[in-house]
Amino acid sequence: MQRLFSFIYEYRAFFTFLLLELLCVWMVIENNQYQSTKYFNTSNSVAASIISTSQNIREYFSLRDINQRLAEENAELRKKVDQRNQMLYQLDLRPIKDVAIINRFDFIAAKVINNTTNNYKNFITIDKGKRHGLQPGMAAISEAGVVGKVKSVSDHYAVLISLLNIDNQVSSKIKRTGHFGTVQWDGVDPRVIDLKYIPRHVELKVGDTVVTSGYNAVFPEGILVGVVKNVKLNEEAQFHTIKVGLAQDFGKLAFVEVVKSNLKQEKDSLELKTIGEPK
Amino acid sequence: MTRSGILPFLAFFAYVLAQVLILKSLVLFNTAFCFLYIFFILLLPLEFNNLVLMLIGFVLGFSIDIFYDSLGLHALSLVLLAYLRNYWLSAITPQGGYDVGVPPSLSAYGLQWFLVYTIPLIFAHHFVVFFVEAAGFHLFWYTMLKVMMSLLFTLTVALILQYLSMDRRR
Repeated sequence: MQRLFSFIYEYRAFFTFLLLELLCVWMVIENNQYQSTKYFNTSNSVAASIISTSQNIREYFSLRDINQRLAEENAELRKKVDQRNQMLYQLDLRPIKDVAIINRFDFIAAKVINNTTNNYKNFITIDKGKRHGLQPGMAAISEAGVVGKVKSVSDHYAVLISLLNIDNQVSSKIKRTGHFGTVQWDGVDPRVIDLKYIPRHVELKVGDTVVTSGYNAVFPEGILVGVVKNVKLNEEAQFHTIKVGLAQDFGKLAFVEVVKSNLKQEKDSLELKTIGEPK
Repeated sequence: MTRSGILPFLAFFAYVLAQVLILKSLVLFNTAFCFLYIFFILLLPLEFNNLVLMLIGFVLGFSIDIFYDSLGLHALSLVLLAYLRNYWLSAITPQGGYDVGVPPSLSAYGLQWFLVYTIPLIFAHHFVVFFVEAAGFHLFWYTMLKVMMSLLFTLTVALILQYLSMDRRR
């Protein structure tokens, strides 16, 4: 016993090293789980208030750009509302009565206070949290397209797992043909994302639009992901190798809208009853 | 060690703040990152033993991780760096040995020694950071490019700061 203790004492540096590294490895693995780690990230109130202050200062330099984009979006939306009104007026459509369907999605606008695009696993911090109704698993979109999912929330802040994260997969489809696939980033170019699992019989064109499929109830259906940039079909492959140019320029992300899906719980519990526990 | 009761603490916070507020958003060519915070460990005086270094490394890495949303990643690589530092220092002892109480810096032992001291340790740190983040070797050459570019960037910034602080002391 004495020997053992003196052995451990002699190599105490090495054992401490092992212990600390094991702890770190455990944390890394824990952090890779979707919806994990509540406190030790940028949604932590101290960390968030520091980067929020820094972002407030930095924001002054991009205000002109942001205003410009918001104004453009406003104009676009106004045009759409007007067109819709015209259409309703002419067709004399019956309005949808079911309030639950009309209010299926709520949108909560939030400001981006922290964002990276160069890592393999990128995260975005926003200034809305539990107090504003955010929960892990919600979708985040911007005026240009898909942004990511909520990973963890604190009272006033939330961390999103960016679409530019090699672990993030979003169910999508090709708008023209309606075929389903999954978009996932390969970690290299922040402007390009891969579309996977489109079978080889599908005929694709460069320029096809890729949108969310709405199969997962996280994202509303038809949110823009990007435009097909490059299609390759290897001799033996089952699926196309598709590169999609992202609609959202993640380097310029300033505001996002978090989508609160009011019927998600109903859909999930119904599916749970019939299909069973999801994988 | 006498004047340095509070100074290392201030330096610690200075390194963390500089890293997460300035250097975090400073990425060149999409591949070159600047992880200057590791120089807090590299430039601590020689008297610090492995245990203390590793504990400091863990705390520093953990603080960086909070801001990078990468829990454990920087702590892991910095503990490794802290563990290796003293072994590497004793392996490359310059002629005449080390002076007591002097940090292993450029001004104390010269450029050549400083490069020999820092490059392998920075490489080890960056290698672990990027390959653990990529969770494997499937992007080997791209990740390797990131490692080398970041090594150059970190080293360049560190050398500039070393030369600047050297002038002030004279």
